[in-house]
Amino acid sequence: MNAVSSFFHGIGDRFRALPRWAKIVLAIAAAVIVYLLPIINPPLITTTDSDFGAVLFLCALYALVAIGLNIVIGYAGLLDLGYIGFFAIGAFTVGVLGSAHAKLPLLLCIPIAMVVTLVSGIVLGAPTLRVRGDYLAIVTLGFGEIVRLILVNADSLTGGSRGISNIPTPPNLDLFGIPHLVWDGFVAKVDLSNQTRFLQFGVTDSIPYYWLALTLVFIVLFLDWRMQNSRVGRAWEATREDEDAAELMGVPTFRFKLLAFATGAAIGGLSGALFATKQQFINPDNFTILYSVLFVAMVVVGGQGNRWGVVVAAALLTWAPEKFRFLADARFLLFGLALMALAIFRPQGLMPPRRSVRAKKADEVAPDQIDAEGVARA
Amino acid sequence: MDLLLNHFWEFTITGLAFGAVYALIALGYTLVYGVLRLINFAHSEVFMWGSFASVWVLTALGASKASGVGVVGFLVIGFAAAMVTSALVALGLEFVAYRPLRKRNSPPLIALISAIGASFVLSEAMGLRDKPFKWFGLDTDLASYVGRPREASPLPLNIDTVRLFRVFDYRVSNIDLIVLGSAIVMMVILDQFVKRSRLGRGIRAVAQDPEAAALMGVNRDRVIRLTFVIGGAMAGAAAMMYLLKIGVTRYNAGFLLGVKAFTAAVLGGIGNLRGALLGGFVLGVAESYGSAIFGSNWKDVVAFTLLVIILLFRPTGLLGESLGKARA
Amino acid sequence: MPDTTPGTTPGSTPDPEQHDTAKETRGTRVDDDTVLGPDTEATPDTSVDISVEEVADLPKGKMLEVEDVTLRFGGVTALDGVSFHINTGEILGLIGPNGAGKTTCFNVMTGVYQPTSGGVRFMGEPLGKRQKFQITKLGIARTFQNIRLFHNMTALENVLVGADAHHSTGMFSALLRLPKHHAEESEGMDRAYELLKFMGLDKRADELARNLPYGDQRRLEIARALATNPKLLCLDEPAAGFNPAEKARLMELIQSIRDQGYTVLLIEHDMKLVMGVTDRIVVLEFGKKIAEGLPAEIQDNPAVIAAYLGVDEDAS
Ligand SMILES: Nc1ncnc2c1ncn2[C@@H]1O[C@H](COP(=O)(O)OP(=O)(O)OP(=O)(O)O)[C@@H](O)[C@H]1O
Ligand SMILES: [Mg+2]
Repeated sequence: MNAVSSFFHGIGDRFRALPRWAKIVLAIAAAVIVYLLPIINPPLITTTDSDFGAVLFLCALYALVAIGLNIVIGYAGLLDLGYIGFFAIGAFTVGVLGSAHAKLPLLLCIPIAMVVTLVSGIVLGAPTLRVRGDYLAIVTLGFGEIVRLILVNADSLTGGSRGISNIPTPPNLDLFGIPHLVWDGFVAKVDLSNQTRFLQFGVTDSIPYYWLALTLVFIVLFLDWRMQNSRVGRAWEATREDEDAAELMGVPTFRFKLLAFATGAAIGGLSGALFATKQQFINPDNFTILYSVLFVAMVVVGGQGNRWGVVVAAALLTWAPEKFRFLADARFLLFGLALMALAIFRPQGLMPPRRSVRAKKADEVAPDQIDAEGVARA
Repeated sequence: MDLLLNHFWEFTITGLAFGAVYALIALGYTLVYGVLRLINFAHSEVFMWGSFASVWVLTALGASKASGVGVVGFLVIGFAAAMVTSALVALGLEFVAYRPLRKRNSPPLIALISAIGASFVLSEAMGLRDKPFKWFGLDTDLASYVGRPREASPLPLNIDTVRLFRVFDYRVSNIDLIVLGSAIVMMVILDQFVKRSRLGRGIRAVAQDPEAAALMGVNRDRVIRLTFVIGGAMAGAAAMMYLLKIGVTRYNAGFLLGVKAFTAAVLGGIGNLRGALLGGFVLGVAESYGSAIFGSNWKDVVAFTLLVIILLFRPTGLLGESLGKARA
Repeated sequence: MPDTTPGTTPGSTPDPEQHDTAKETRGTRVDDDTVLGPDTEATPDTSVDISVEEVADLPKGKMLEVEDVTLRFGGVTALDGVSFHINTGEILGLIGPNGAGKTTCFNVMTGVYQPTSGGVRFMGEPLGKRQKFQITKLGIARTFQNIRLFHNMTALENVLVGADAHHSTGMFSALLRLPKHHAEESEGMDRAYELLKFMGLDKRADELARNLPYGDQRRLEIARALATNPKLLCLDEPAAGFNPAEKARLMELIQSIRDQGYTVLLIEHDMKLVMGVTDRIVVLEFGKKIAEGLPAEIQDNPAVIAAYLGVDEDAS
């Protein structure tokens, strides 16, 4: 398992060592490949039993969720087991305002959904973030379930267990078509009969939704990076390390915890909104508490606090059950096993944030230095 | 509101019966929390496995055909099967999911994550129980045990509801009486055990001050095992009572009950045994009244809202925390 | 090293014999400027200017007043009607046997505990029910008897967190990279490096706090506290676990911190050492103040002698 993290950190190190122009070129190339994945349909990676574009959309969607939850769990150290609640609120806000009770356009619904989840994050967080950490886990768990129960029971608002359909899609551009590749063994051919319209959002083709989700992932990653590399990120980290000491060093810990919780909630709401517009039909069954645990698993497996780690973990944990369909049934069983194994053998996750790795490196380097100087002195 | 006032005693006694189930499960949370400072998230699955154990044992013994005195015998067997199984599952859980972490001095959050993982494994294993049997082609022979693993399994015991006596306007049934009576018996036994026996004192000592207890020669690992066994057995008893009341169990029956029982434990003051009992009954009754007032759909929402409110205004619960200090 | 540090008070130079033995035990040390392996003590550079405006021109007089503070934990009376004050610009020693209530006194002053009765005034204003971080922002910073660094953050980041106490960059400034963010980041960086250099930790800025040698961790705590630009710096046994020579050097460092304009409250067990560095001393025993005065007075105070009788100086 160590190999996993050193592999990824090795890539990171190589990348950092490159000159600036090379970095930019490589990053753009990588981004283009990721965007084109559903067009390229790479053999081995592509899923044969389910629509690859739809699978990729889910990967990107859950990556977004994982980034948001990583702020809460990884940065601020708050175990939130009710993240699905925010996801659900986001989705249903879009459903209610875009279809059930009004016909607002999606691009207006999404920011409203984020504000609504942000506010619900504050409303839930303000009273509960003062209680002990392990209590928070249970309270949030309860919250996630309350949200679902309300969705089921508040018939007139949410359509009850029937749910909401005809959720608006993003505006279409429809500029041109992009033909997919088909593979004969490892030989690629262009399949002109199978084209993705750029940008046509509809039920038949998930790929434009994938592009939308992926773009949001990149934007949120960028903002996440900016948050973390600032006073805000340091305050989160200090609070996680030692809340009392942080407070005594002038960190208003409660305020920062609330900020993390609410920011996470808003990103959860954004993801939920995205989910709603892609599905175009939602009902409370889409938001069971199982998903909360799935999301936590993504963050823990990815290495709490490592944004690329949780993105990779989210994508892998979403893709694997689709690729290996025989796993799909046992998916939650396997997640449970993975959580247990990780807690016992590798609590920092498969790809812990650089920090811990940097520490190890310092441990390794320090003796060398002494040696060198010892020789020099002699 | 009218509904509540007109059937006040019915809702109260039903609430108390469910409260007894919550209380017994809450004991497990509170015991483990008191000794380990750990929320045993998988405790709800311990309960769920106990409920299946009694369903299976009673199915195997053909309990559904019994009547009269036979039913009483099967009832006792059902309790025994559930309690033994739950105790064993709890013990195994401690061994697999928690002991390795204790040896590594993992932080509480990691222990909680392991607990969540264990909870999923236990409940999904039950939900997928047909799979291994399918591989061996046994699923048809054992259909009454493994068939339809995601559906509800009924308790194969026919107990006619007999209304025994009136409490004001409500006629208490034999089932209410069995549930409440057995809960009270369990609680008294546990109370006396923790108060009087040497092992019970060990539990209190470890809860109060692990290091001092170790110096006094208390074997911490043994005490921890014991708390899991006791908590498991109580959950098993609760499982049988739940089956009597509800009639069926499912692979995911533990989840909701677990969160509620935890609420009960927090409500009474986690780590405090008598608090857990009080919390259980208060929660059961509150929930019952809540469902009368807002409609039964909102019953679960009432419980969770109560949890949030308690944590806000009295995070140490009604009786305060501490297993060591509470006399029980 | 004391003999190379400018600006220290001559009277406080420690016993030269102690110093020499220390040098011998650290036989590997060649040059004070070489940063060696983990167990080598780095060299503070007290010539670095660490003074800040906020602290420079404070009015003379009482900076902090502890007024008749009583604090009970259930049956234990940890502080019993304690009153004393700290003058601007002085080093006040707070001494007393184990369990006397010294740390508890710090905890009351920094808002960790609310006193059962009585109160604390800072710069003339009652602290009241202010929260811990608000008190820090008012200008009281502290270190901890048991080191409480942010262990998985680097030395630099630890100090930056301290410096952030007087910053106000929030989510929006950070997200939009507003000028405020840049200004405060570079101010924080400068301040942090200045303090790390002063404490002799600049070469270890990028190491994780938990990998630092023990002595460096203690000094890092001081640097982190100083980064908050405190008017009053409270040090809780900063030299605990040090050998006599290290202790003496730290005391010099504390004096040079004072010389740069900071007011210092120092808890230390070692009577002899405290006598050398402090301007005044307050003695606690069993939660009560039993004496207050100049070091020379305290030394001859029979109550203090009685309190310390049998309490050897090895208490640290
Ligand atoms: N949170 C607390 N709860 C109960 N008692 C406490 C608490 N904190 C301190 N005390 C008690 O208050 C008294 C004073 O303790 P304090 O830590 O202030 O002593 P101290 O002078 O700092 O001693 P030391 O030299 O050992 O650091 C002790 O008897 C201690 O047991
Ligand atoms: Mg102390």
